[in-house]
Order: sequence, then C-alpha cells, then structure tokens
Amino acid sequence: MTQVLDPARRRAVLRQSLSVAVATGAYGVSFGALSVAAGLDLLQTQALSLLLFSGGSQFAFVGVLAAGPAGAPAAIATSTLLGVRNGLYGLQVARLLGARGPRQVAAAQLTIDESTAVGVAQPEAAAGRLGFWATGIGVFVLWNLTTLLGALAGDAMGDPRRYGLDAAAAAAFCALLWPRLRSADAFAIAGAALVVAVVLAPHAPAGVPVLVAATTSLAAGVWRRAHHDPAPPHHWVDEEAAR
Amino acid sequence: MSTWTAVLVASGLAFALKLAGHLVPARWLDGDRTTRVTSALPIALLAALVGVQTLTSSSGAVVVDSRAAAVGVAVVALLLRAPFIVVVVLAAAVAAGLRLLGLP
Repeated sequence: MTQVLDPARRRAVLRQSLSVAVATGAYGVSFGALSVAAGLDLLQTQALSLLLFSGGSQFAFVGVLAAGPAGAPAAIATSTLLGVRNGLYGLQVARLLGARGPRQVAAAQLTIDESTAVGVAQPEAAAGRLGFWATGIGVFVLWNLTTLLGALAGDAMGDPRRYGLDAAAAAAFCALLWPRLRSADAFAIAGAALVVAVVLAPHAPAGVPVLVAATTSLAAGVWRRAHHDPAPPHHWVDEEAAR
Repeated sequence: MSTWTAVLVASGLAFALKLAGHLVPARWLDGDRTTRVTSALPIALLAALVGVQTLTSSSGAVVVDSRAAAVGVAVVALLLRAPFIVVVVLAAAVAAGLRLLGLP
C-alpha cells in the first residue's frame, strides 16, 4: 500500500504544496475584510473559513448576504451550488487516497480546488496523496489565519465603500472566474449568465437573479464541445500498484 | 433566518457535498452531459456574481459607478497575469481613489 517517494520528489511536492497554500492563504485577508464589511461578525466570518472552507462559496455567501438578511436563503443556495464541484473533486480524490473513517472525513473537508489540483497534477499516486494532504492542510491553516487578520482589519476600517471594498468583491469574483474561461463555450455561458443576472436584478429579490442565471449552465449540457472541469477520470502511473 | 443559522446551514451543505463525493461510487456521475453541466455551473454563477456586484446597487437598480472602472482595471491586471491578491487590492484602490475625487 505504502509507496515510497524518493526524498527529492518528496521535497518537490512539498514545495509545490506550500507555494499554492501561501498564494491561496494570501487572499483569505480579502475574504475576512469583505465578510465583516458585508455585516457578518468576526466569529461568523471565522466559522465560514473553518466549517464551510471553500473560497468561491464563501465569497458568494457574504456577497449575497451583503444586500441584507432577507437574502439568507439565496446566499445558502448560491454557496451550495458553487460547492457542487467539490463533490466531483471528491470522486477523484477518494480513488487516490483510499482513506477510511476519520481520515476520510478530514479528506472530505479538505477537498477544494487547490488540494485537488495539486493531487491530480502528480504523475505518481504516492506523490498525489502527499500533494493533496500537504496542500489541503496548508491552505486550511493559512486561510483561517489570514481570514482572522482580514476580519480584524475590516472591523477597524469603518465604511467599506470608502476603501473600495465593494469593488474588491466584484474583482474577487472576476479573479475566481478567470482561470475557468478557457474556451469559447465558457465565455458564452459567462456572458449569458452576467446579462441575465443584471437584467433581472431590478425585478427580483436579492440573490435570486444569480440563481436564475445559473440555469445558463444547462446550455453546456446540449453543447457537445463544452469543456470538462475537472478533467475526465484521471489515472496515476502507479495507481494499480498502490491498491 | 438569522445570520448564524445561514452560516451553519451553508457549512453543513458544503460538507455534505464534499463527503458525498468521497462516498458515492464514481460511475453514478460519469455521464458526459452531467460533467459538462456541473463544470459550467461555477462559470455561470461566478459571472452572474461579477455582474451583480459590479453593476447593481443594494436595491437592485442598475448603476454604473466607480466599481465598473475598478473591475475594468482588474480585468487588465488579470490579462497581465497578476496574482489574485494584486487584482483585488488594485480594484479596491481604484474605487477608493475615484470616490476620493467625488465620483459615486
């Protein structure tokens, strides 16, 4: 079961995990600040980073809730729909890790974009497992520390508009979307969703336009050349040997 | 619904989805069409959030203000491969700067 990685490969995987964790952790500061600007308190902000732990869903949750407490059901729905992809990552990661019991629960909580990406990027399953755990734990620790920093800073700042924090939220969604715009169909779906949401906004309660716009993703179901994300089932060179 | 209830419900659902991926047999979700729709879902949601956060006021009215300029600068930064935190800070700085000059 246990595949031995040579020390050089081990160091290379750990270095990659750490750099991803630091880069991701850095924007936990912006999440913390935006969350308190949206009206959540410090404990609620920290609870999201500890328990919900998925950047895109967390930004969406506080973004929708910023319009007022009436948006809570829509905030939950948006955050949950954005979290669907973590379930798909779980399918791939479960095969790689073969974890059971408490380790499986921990692995599930750490299943996010970054840990999955580093895990599946490794050619050997043993390196994939190390990459998943190191990145997942690294991001979790740094993301929670930087969330706290951002929330404390945000609390001290006062009116969020004066510091352009509302524009920062819009830019954060842009930056989360950017790496996914890799094909014409992705651009078409993004454009359609943006227009639908903005056109509906004056006529529907907060949060609802975003949910209605999500249905444009169904267009991808009939679009034969739409891209895959995550990539179709991934195989590791030593996967069979690792079983 | 209180904010705490919303935080805990959203967190519970997020974890349930993650765990389901680890427990469900992979072949249940193997369909090509399912994969295409589920990979398009975050694209549609994030694009809709960009639109609403950039172009609508808290009452839902469509407005073009400093945020639109800030997001324009953010897109240029992304084209130049700037890292996430730089994009976000730059957008905040542009909006804050324009408001300091008296723009909405």
